[in-house]
Amino acid sequence: MSRIATRFSALRSAGRKALIPFVTAGDPNPTITVPLMHAMVAAGADLIELGVPFSDPMADGPVIQRSAERALAQKVGLRQLLAMVAEFRHQDSETPVILMGYLNPIEAMGAATFAKAAAEAGVDGVLTVDLPPEEGGTMAEVCHAADLDQIFLIGPTTMDRRIQSICDHASGFVYYVSFKGVTGASHLDTADVASHVAQIRAHTTLPVGVGFGIKDGATAAAVAQFADAVVVGSAIVARIEALAATPERIPAEIGTFIGELRTAIDS
Amino acid sequence: MSEELQSLKAMPDEQGHFGPYGGRFVPETLFGPIEELCAAYERYRNDPEFIAELEYDLKQFVGRPSPLYFAERWSRKLGGARIYLKREDLNHTGAHKVNNTVGQALLAKRMGKTRIIAETGAGQHGVASATVAARMGLECVVYMGAEDIKRQAINVYRMRLLGATVVPVTSGSQTLKDALNEAMRDWVTHIDDTFYIIGTVAGPHPYPAMVRDFQTIVGREARAQCLEQEGRLPAAVIACVGGGSNAIGIFHPFLDDREVRLIGVEGGGDGVASGRHAAPLSAGRPGVLHGNRTYLMEDEDGQIMETHSISAGLDYPGVGPEHAWLKDMGRAEYTAITDTEALTAFHDLTRTEGIMPALESSHALAEAMKLAPTLSADQFIVVNLSGRGDKDIHTVAALEGISV
Repeated sequence: MSRIATRFSALRSAGRKALIPFVTAGDPNPTITVPLMHAMVAAGADLIELGVPFSDPMADGPVIQRSAERALAQKVGLRQLLAMVAEFRHQDSETPVILMGYLNPIEAMGAATFAKAAAEAGVDGVLTVDLPPEEGGTMAEVCHAADLDQIFLIGPTTMDRRIQSICDHASGFVYYVSFKGVTGASHLDTADVASHVAQIRAHTTLPVGVGFGIKDGATAAAVAQFADAVVVGSAIVARIEALAATPERIPAEIGTFIGELRTAIDS
Repeated sequence: MSEELQSLKAMPDEQGHFGPYGGRFVPETLFGPIEELCAAYERYRNDPEFIAELEYDLKQFVGRPSPLYFAERWSRKLGGARIYLKREDLNHTGAHKVNNTVGQALLAKRMGKTRIIAETGAGQHGVASATVAARMGLECVVYMGAEDIKRQAINVYRMRLLGATVVPVTSGSQTLKDALNEAMRDWVTHIDDTFYIIGTVAGPHPYPAMVRDFQTIVGREARAQCLEQEGRLPAAVIACVGGGSNAIGIFHPFLDDREVRLIGVEGGGDGVASGRHAAPLSAGRPGVLHGNRTYLMEDEDGQIMETHSISAGLDYPGVGPEHAWLKDMGRAEYTAITDTEALTAFHDLTRTEGIMPALESSHALAEAMKLAPTLSADQFIVVNLSGRGDKDIHTVAALEGISV
């Protein structure tokens, strides 16, 4: 069983929901990322989503765009990110790590080379934002060969027949994008999200995560009522941005925020 | 295999692929909207009422057909082949861009959309979008890189006069590619009422095919005008290539006329060898950006590079996927012209023919200056004069140290 499946299975047995924080690798500098990952796990993160910096992140809002710009200014790309994951694995062999990014940096490395290197570094899953399953034949093959889970997004405008097709291609979990928009926007209609999650469950037994628009303990707790996993991105990245001038404070302060989210989800 | 089955005009396939290029590399949140657009376009492209309305607008609002003008003095001066200019500069708003915005706005209206958005680099597509929005009473928001807003103040003001909201984009390199990202983000957030008018033959399917179809009016007219005025087809057709909409528009109707050379000219900036240019087909490699697979200017980590060209309209790190395919097939040739060469052509045509070309089009003219003298006087070539140069006089004056 993959690390992702093992983790979700354990959470399900314990009656708990997964908390998945997102941070961009190398934001605001390359040395902070691994300590930050450990701090987030210690504070209650169940899986970690690491953003791969890309120059043209068209699905992301301004907060995550700026985090990618900070990382790129430090010359952090896919190679450096994989080294960070390998370093993280020295101390943590259990917490699943998922990469979230865009296709071009992966293709620049070569999809097969990437999949092999990612698996060796200890990456468990890949979410390629701009690669719908229809275009993803090569990635599907190389990820399968390297035992990497492929995570796909499902949105509010995804038609029923497409939900089925996406679920057929997905492994690990599926990720429901909670509204029409980019990462970091602010409205969240939990009743609407709940009905979409129920719709997805009719197509798959995979865990369903929900992301986009979860900004505090209250929204995280609301979503955890019906989702298997709560993904929090921009709310964390905005805090990192505010601390960019004092990066040494980032692991502890983000840890505190993760702790608040954890408590809210578990309560 | 019959001639028809071998036609190069049959691309793309149903998913928008031109061989390995094109496609739909978009976030899931955009998949629904592009499928809706695809369905609408398929429904209306062959609808007689839609076609009639489009033809009416192209004639009465845009001013088509545009002339195929024999540049007699310039041809004599250069020697060799006679040069004809396809006068897209004479269209309403001064460039080929309006052929496409008229078409997409008609589609937007039929789809019941009340708001249109557009990205723009030099401002020509933004102006063309604001123009059709004003005429149809649609709300219009144009995304433009903050750097480009500084460089193109007059077009920004034109858009505002037309009632459009111009939104400065401050992310990334603050140029056209970032404006495109921002327009995509707007679209994904407002898909219920918003139509995104992409200005070039890039983006996810159906944009490369749809924008091409709206622009092939240029090549259909030019081909017929060649037959009418010269009784045969030209030796070569030359067009500048940024995203590539004017080039595909004039090339496409000639694709199956294998004897006609098709030459696309990229922005060579300081020279391709310098690395400071905007020539992905000449010096880039295939990758994925803005929803399609195509040639890109990227670094070894797959990050998109900033481009350099005197012409804002060519300053784009990607290119339409059909051009990528035509390059690999060998059906079209792609070359690059430097800023300096383009400026020379700008002045030469202005002084010799009394026609002031856009700096984008000046790249195609500069290639014609190289090619024509190598051909014989009984041959002729066609250059797509895709836009007029009025918008560029501040750039040209600044280079000469003149404050206008």
